[in-house]
Amino acid sequence: MNVPSDLLYAPTHEWLKREGDLATVGITDHAQHELTDVVYVELPAVGTSVNAGDQICVVESVKAASDIYSPVSGTVESVNDALSSDPSLINSDPHGNGWIFKIRIASGADLSHLKSPAQYAEQLGQA
Amino acid sequence: MESELKKTPLSSIHPQFGARMVEFGGWWMPVQYQGILQEHLAVRRLAGIFDISHMGEFFISGPSACEFLNHILCNDVRILQVGAGQYTLLLNENGGVIDDLLCYRIEDQKYLLVVNASKIEEDAAWITRHLPEGVTFSDESDSWAGFAIQGPNSPAVLRAALQESFELPARNHIACVNSPEGPLFVARTGYTGEDGFEFFCTASHAAVWWTRLLASAPQTGVVPCGLGARDTLRLEVGYPLNGSDLSPERTPLEAGLAPFVKIDKGEFIGRAALLKQRENGVPSKLVGLVMEGKTPPPRAHYPVLFEGNVVGETSSGSLSPSMEKGIAMAYLPLEISKLGNVVEIDIRGRKFNALVSKRPMYKPQPESK
Repeated sequence: MNVPSDLLYAPTHEWLKREGDLATVGITDHAQHELTDVVYVELPAVGTSVNAGDQICVVESVKAASDIYSPVSGTVESVNDALSSDPSLINSDPHGNGWIFKIRIASGADLSHLKSPAQYAEQLGQA
Repeated sequence: MESELKKTPLSSIHPQFGARMVEFGGWWMPVQYQGILQEHLAVRRLAGIFDISHMGEFFISGPSACEFLNHILCNDVRILQVGAGQYTLLLNENGGVIDDLLCYRIEDQKYLLVVNASKIEEDAAWITRHLPEGVTFSDESDSWAGFAIQGPNSPAVLRAALQESFELPARNHIACVNSPEGPLFVARTGYTGEDGFEFFCTASHAAVWWTRLLASAPQTGVVPCGLGARDTLRLEVGYPLNGSDLSPERTPLEAGLAPFVKIDKGEFIGRAALLKQRENGVPSKLVGLVMEGKTPPPRAHYPVLFEGNVVGETSSGSLSPSMEKGIAMAYLPLEISKLGNVVEIDIRGRKFNALVSKRPMYKPQPESK
C-alpha cells in the first residue's frame, strides 16, 4: 500500500496534510483498497465542529457503509464537491484528488496523537 | 475462521486471479476480482464466469419421479420434455418458500435439481421426509463443481471451450455430455437476465474447466466475477434471493412469481394457502424500488415509508451499476404497491424518495446485437 511521506495518519486509516492551521483530510490507500469501489460519499457540512476521533462523515462502497473519523479537533472549512459526481476519486487518487474535507484546526489542538508514515506503515504490517 | 468454512474445488485458485475471498453462508468464496462495478458491466457487455460450485445438485429418479416432484414443487414438472428445465419453488405446507431452484429433466425418468448452497441440508431433509417408495434421491452436491457463464458473449465462451460438434442448448434447456474430462451438464439458464449458461462438471475436473472457459478471454472478453457482481446483476433484473426476498413466511404469489406457480395442476404441498390467496388477494407484494437522483445505496432492512408511515422494509438493495442509481426490493401492502407511487427509504436516519417500479428495474439489451 502507498503511504506518502508528507502526511500524518490516524489508526482508523484517515490521512491528514497540515498547511498552517488548515488541514486536508482523506482516507488512505489501504482504506480505499479495503472498501473497494466507492459509490457514494456523505460529505460533512461546512461549519461542523468536531473533536478528534468523532465520526464526521460516511464513505459507501457497494458492499458496506464506512464511518470516517476526524483526525483532529476543529471546524470543517470546505468539502470536496467533486466526490458528489465522482466518488471513485477516492479509489483512484486517495491521497490527492480523493481528499474529502478541509478542517480549520482548533486552537491549542495538537497532532501528536497522529502517526508518522513509518508508524502507520508498521500498523499495516509493512516494513 | 477460514479453516472452518466449506471450500469449492477452486478456492485456492481464485486468489491467483486476484480474488478477494470472504465468508458467505459458511463458504469461503470470491466476492470480487477486479471490482464489483467492472465485473457487473463486463457481464452486461461481454461475458463473466462465476464459481457456483457451492450450489447443490440433487438427482431424483424412478418411474414416479415426475409425480413426486410435481407434488413438492409448485411449477408443473409434467410439461418438461427430456432436456428441458424450469424455475420452480419448494414450498412448505403454508405455501411459504423453503427454496427456489432449477429443475431439469435429464433423462426420461431422471431429474436434476440445482438448489441454493445455503439450503442444501434443509432441502435434502425435506425431500427425504416426503420421498415415497420407488423414487430414488441422491444428494451429489460434493461431487459436482459449477460455473455460471453469463453475458452476450457467453455462447462464444462455451463454443471455444467445448468441441466444435457440441450443440449449445436452447434457453431453459440442458445438454448432458461426456467429455475426456468427465461428464458435463450444460444448461442455458442464469441469474443475471443475460443470455448465459450454468455449467456443471465433476469436482475433480473443476480447475481444468475453469481455465478452459477463461481461455477465450482475448476474443470474448470473459472475466472472472464474484458474489458481489452476482448480487447486483440479479437485483437489477428483479430476481429474488432466498433468505432475503424469499422466506418461509411469504408465498411465491406475494413474491410476484405467479407464472411459476401452477395452482390448477393438481394437489401439491402448499396449494391450499395459494388457492386462498388467489381468491382473496395477497396481503402484500414484492415490488421494485428505484431511488430518485443521487442517494446513498439502499441496502436490506431499511425502513420504507409511505405518507410518513413505516409500511415495510427493504429485503434487498444496492447501487445499480447499469442505471447508476440505487435500487431495492420490498414487500409493500397491496394498496401501496402501485407503480409510480413515491415512497421514502430511511437510509441511516435520512429519508430519500424512491419510485415503486415494476420488476425488472433494468432491462438488458436484446440478445441479437
